[in-house]
Amino acid sequence: MKRIYMDYNATTPLLPEVLDAMRPYFSENFSNPASAYQSAQVARNAVEEARIKIAQILNADSSEEIYFTSCGTESNNIVIKGVAFENWDKKGKIITTSIEHKAVLQPFEWLGRYGFEPVFLPVDKYGILNPDEIRKAIDKNTILVSVMWANNEVGTIQPIEEIARICKEYEVPFHTDAVQVGGKLKIDLKEMPVDFLSLSAHKFYGPKGVGVLYARKKARFQPLIHGGEHERKKRAGTLNTPGIVGCAKALEITTKEMELENKRLWHLSEKLINGVLERIPIAIFDGHREKRLANTVHLSFRGVEGESILLSLDLKGVEISSGSACSSADLQISHVLKAMNCDPIAAQGATRFSLGKYNTEDDIDYVLEILPPIIERLKTLSVL
Amino acid sequence: MYSNKVMEHFMNPRNVGEIENPDGVWEEGNPVCGDVMKFYIKVEDNRIVEIKFKTFGCGAAIASASALTEMVKGKTVDEVEHFTREMLVEELGGLPPNKLHCSLLAVKGVKGAIEDWRRKKNQNVS
Repeated sequence: MKRIYMDYNATTPLLPEVLDAMRPYFSENFSNPASAYQSAQVARNAVEEARIKIAQILNADSSEEIYFTSCGTESNNIVIKGVAFENWDKKGKIITTSIEHKAVLQPFEWLGRYGFEPVFLPVDKYGILNPDEIRKAIDKNTILVSVMWANNEVGTIQPIEEIARICKEYEVPFHTDAVQVGGKLKIDLKEMPVDFLSLSAHKFYGPKGVGVLYARKKARFQPLIHGGEHERKKRAGTLNTPGIVGCAKALEITTKEMELENKRLWHLSEKLINGVLERIPIAIFDGHREKRLANTVHLSFRGVEGESILLSLDLKGVEISSGSACSSADLQISHVLKAMNCDPIAAQGATRFSLGKYNTEDDIDYVLEILPPIIERLKTLSVL
Repeated sequence: MYSNKVMEHFMNPRNVGEIENPDGVWEEGNPVCGDVMKFYIKVEDNRIVEIKFKTFGCGAAIASASALTEMVKGKTVDEVEHFTREMLVEELGGLPPNKLHCSLLAVKGVKGAIEDWRRKKNQNVS
């Protein structure tokens, strides 16, 4: 059976061109970029070229503002805990939203146990943070604001520039988790006054195990990982040369193709949303119809359960994810849907279709053909 | 993630539906927390002669309810009251740890329907 992958927000396949770029740095040139001999110089050059390329794509002031980490989660952790360690003696308020990825929420909660004051701001029914909430919460004791650029579950895009400007006005460091934005939306760090930004290579057709942390030159933070002079003493550990090279290559390709790809994905996702809403009466679209990532479609089906939908689609070759309590490890409905004040029963039937490069119009037609009978069958089984 | 047996019950659940004028009926669970199961039984000479169910829930919930209806059909109520969730999990070829509660829900649901039958029977006698 043909497999149709529609879970690109979870991860993406590595592009063949990216693999080609990475290949020389596994066996052929394996040297540690921190070593002194000639082959190490080649590896070091590859890493530094990647750093420069990424800085240029993001329009950063300098490649010295780009740090390589092991993943988006690590980048988020470095910023949040690193800024907290910088302010360990005086503590202070740390502000975020209630719809962040757990890689932000949990470090915030953890810091709450050590005397910091975490604040989780509410969002509206579309999952959008009103920037006035930042104005209301921010004060002279605030040491960090962290707001995700786009949400991984519903794809809602935040008014990140406005939020960044408010933080700048109050001179509070601002971090954005841009893991779902890298390769999907234009990031211009000269236009956007953010102090910290996190990216993850495997979300934009790069390799797993590579994260990027952008930290503006004046931004102060302590390292999490000690053990050497790597990454300007901010992140010890031998550099992942092939991964870093692949990360830069993938960001380069996706940035180049972004505009056309977004148009294509918008068309496909709109077709999916409209098709489902027309064919399935119990379907609900979640999130914002315009202010959303072109690839992300979140739909709930009231009266059927999300994991059952996921399993049924999987048996037909379609791979998606679900936000229902049953399909999560902690048996809770998605905190994002909860924050959006969604109907808790409908939220049990939450599904996310996140499209990408290899999805076609035929894939959408196929889903629109098989989904209505799946929902119909599960509805017949259901008590509700 | 699931055993073949679970997937088979999920795709082809047995005894789905409702019974008109059941001798016992019970709904277990809460839609806000996840799964809800409803069981209907017909009892003759202390024996479950017919059983139907409906489930709002995940693959494990649907399979648990379906497999349990097969296990209890034709058994006496006394036999069924000794059923444990471990027996159901074994019948299903195992369940992932975070899905074990689904099997408990099914067992509680069927026992609830039996209790309902007993209650109604006692009312009729008195």
